Amino acid sequence: MSRYVLRVASLAAALGLWQLLTSLKVDLWLRFSQFPTVADIARAFADRVSGDDYWTDLTDSLSRILTGFALAAVLGVATGVLVARSRLAEDLLGPVLEVLRPIPAIALVPVAILLFPSDEQGIVFITCTAAFFPVMVSTRHAVRALTPVWEEAVRTMGGGRWRILGSVVLPGALPGIFGGLSVGIGVSWICVISAEMISGQYGVGYRTWQDYTIVNYPGVFVGMVTIGVLGWITSTAVELLGRWLTRWLPRTSYVPGGRPRPEVHTVTDGAPVAVRGDGESQQQPDAQQQDRGDTGQEARDEYFV
Amino acid sequence: MSTSSEVAAPEGARGARLTLDAAVLGRPGAPVLHDVALDVRAGEILTVVGPSGCGKSTLLRTLAGLLSPLAGTVSQDGTVVTGPSADRALVFQEDALLPWRTLRGNVELPLAIRGVARSGRRAQAESWLGRVGLAAQAGQLPHRVSGGQSQRAQLARALAGSPRVVLMDEPFGALDTQTRSGMQDLLVEVLRGTGATVVFVTHDVDEALFLGDRVALLAAGRVASVRDVPRPRERGALDDPARAALRRAVLSSPGI
Repeated sequence: MSRYVLRVASLAAALGLWQLLTSLKVDLWLRFSQFPTVADIARAFADRVSGDDYWTDLTDSLSRILTGFALAAVLGVATGVLVARSRLAEDLLGPVLEVLRPIPAIALVPVAILLFPSDEQGIVFITCTAAFFPVMVSTRHAVRALTPVWEEAVRTMGGGRWRILGSVVLPGALPGIFGGLSVGIGVSWICVISAEMISGQYGVGYRTWQDYTIVNYPGVFVGMVTIGVLGWITSTAVELLGRWLTRWLPRTSYVPGGRPRPEVHTVTDGAPVAVRGDGESQQQPDAQQQDRGDTGQEARDEYFV
Repeated sequence: MSTSSEVAAPEGARGARLTLDAAVLGRPGAPVLHDVALDVRAGEILTVVGPSGCGKSTLLRTLAGLLSPLAGTVSQDGTVVTGPSADRALVFQEDALLPWRTLRGNVELPLAIRGVARSGRRAQAESWLGRVGLAAQAGQLPHRVSGGQSQRAQLARALAGSPRVVLMDEPFGALDTQTRSGMQDLLVEVLRGTGATVVFVTHDVDEALFLGDRVALLAAGRVASVRDVPRPRERGALDDPARAALRRAVLSSPGI
C-alpha cells in the first residue's frame, strides 16, 4: 500500500515541478517560458475529450496498432519457429531477414507508399514490420533453447511433428515469445505514431503533428499524454496476458525490496541486539560457527536462504 | 493389483523382444559402442551396468529409436526399428516432465497421442498416478513436487501409453538412498501387471542385481557379458553365495 502512495507522490511531484517551472517562466539554460503549464494542458485535454475528433483519433490509432501488432505476433512466432526448427527455412529466410532487420521500420514509409494503395494499409504495414523482428528473434532464440528431453519424451510416446509443435515447442517457447511481444508492442507505438505523423489521416500521431504546425503547444502535449497512457495500457495488457499464460513458471519467493526481513535477536552480554540487513548479520553467524563447529555452517546456510 | 486389467490396454500386456545385431552405436563421427549384439527377451528386466560415459545412454536412445545405429540394426520382434514409437517408452534420468502441465496433464499426454477420449484420459491418468502413489499430487505442477515424486510421475507417464518396452535411463540416479530403494520396490510392483519388457540402465551394481532378471555389462566400448541373476529377488542378499559370486564377478570385470 505504501508503495502506491510513493508512486502517486512521485508522479504528483513531477507534475508540480513542471507547473512551477512553467508558471514562473523559468529561463535558465533550459527555457520553460514557451512551455505550456500543466493547467493549460489539463484545460486543452478537457476540451479535446468532449469533442468527437479526439475519439476518432484514438480509435484509429488503436485499430492500426492492434491490427499491425496482431499480424506481427502471428507472423513473428510462425517465422521464428520455422527458422529455428528447419534448416531449409533458416537457409532460405535467414539472409533476407537479417538484411531487413536493421532497417528502421519508419524508414519504410516510402516503401509503404509505393506498395500499398492506401495510407491506412501502409501504416499497418510499418507497425507490423516494427513489431515483427523482436517477436521473430525472441521466438527463434526461445525455440532453440528448449530442453531437448521434452521433445524426446513426446517422440517416445509416439508424438509426431504437430504434436511436438503444439505440446512442446509453442508452450515451452512462450516465456521467450512474450519477451518479444513486450518489446514489440513498445516499438509498434513508436512506429504507428511516427507513420501517422508522416502520412496519416486522423490518428493520435497525425493530430499531434497538426497541433505542432499550427503552434498549438498544449494540443501537442495532449497528444503525448494520450500516447503515453495508451502505450502503458497496451503493454500492461501484453504483460498480464503473458504472465497468465506462463503462470506455470516456477517463481522465486524473493520479492525485490518487498520481502520482510526477519529481525534476529541475539543476546550479547545479556542485552538483546537486533541484527538487521546483510552487512551486520553476516558476521554474527560467523561468530556462532566458531563456537558450534560443523553445525554452525548448516545454520548459517539456512539463515541466508 | 486389481485395477491393472482395466488400465493397461490388452496389447500392452505383452512385452516385445528387442534385438541389436552387430551394431555400432553413437553419434555420427563419434561411435561409442562397437560390435553390439544384444537380445532382450520379451517380458524380462534386463539391467545394463557400466561406468559413466561407457555408452549406456547411447544404447538406450538407440533402442528407443531416437538415435540410428551407425552400423547394424535394431529390431523389435523381428521388425527393424527406424524411429521412436509409442511401443518403446523412455524414462529419463533428468526431470523430463513438461513443466507447464500438471502431473495429471503429463500422464494424459501419451493417452491423448494414442487417441483416448478426454474423459477416459483423465480417469486413466489418475489411476496410473494412484498406482505410483501420487493420487494427491495429480493437480500439482512438476516443479512443486520432489525429485522422487517427479520420477514416479515419469514412470506413470511412460506406463500410461501401454508400451511394450520400457527403457529406463538411470531413472533413480539423482535420488537419495532411501527414496531409491522405495522406488525400486515400486517399480517391480508396478511392472508386474504390465508384462512389458524393461531395459534398465544404471551405474549401481546392487540396483542392477536387485532389479534385473539378467545383467549386461558394458565395458571398453563393448557389451562385455550378459549374466543371469539368481531368483528370487532379494535386496542385498550377500549371504546367498550365487548372488555374492555374481556381484564379485560384475565388480571385478574390466572397466568397472
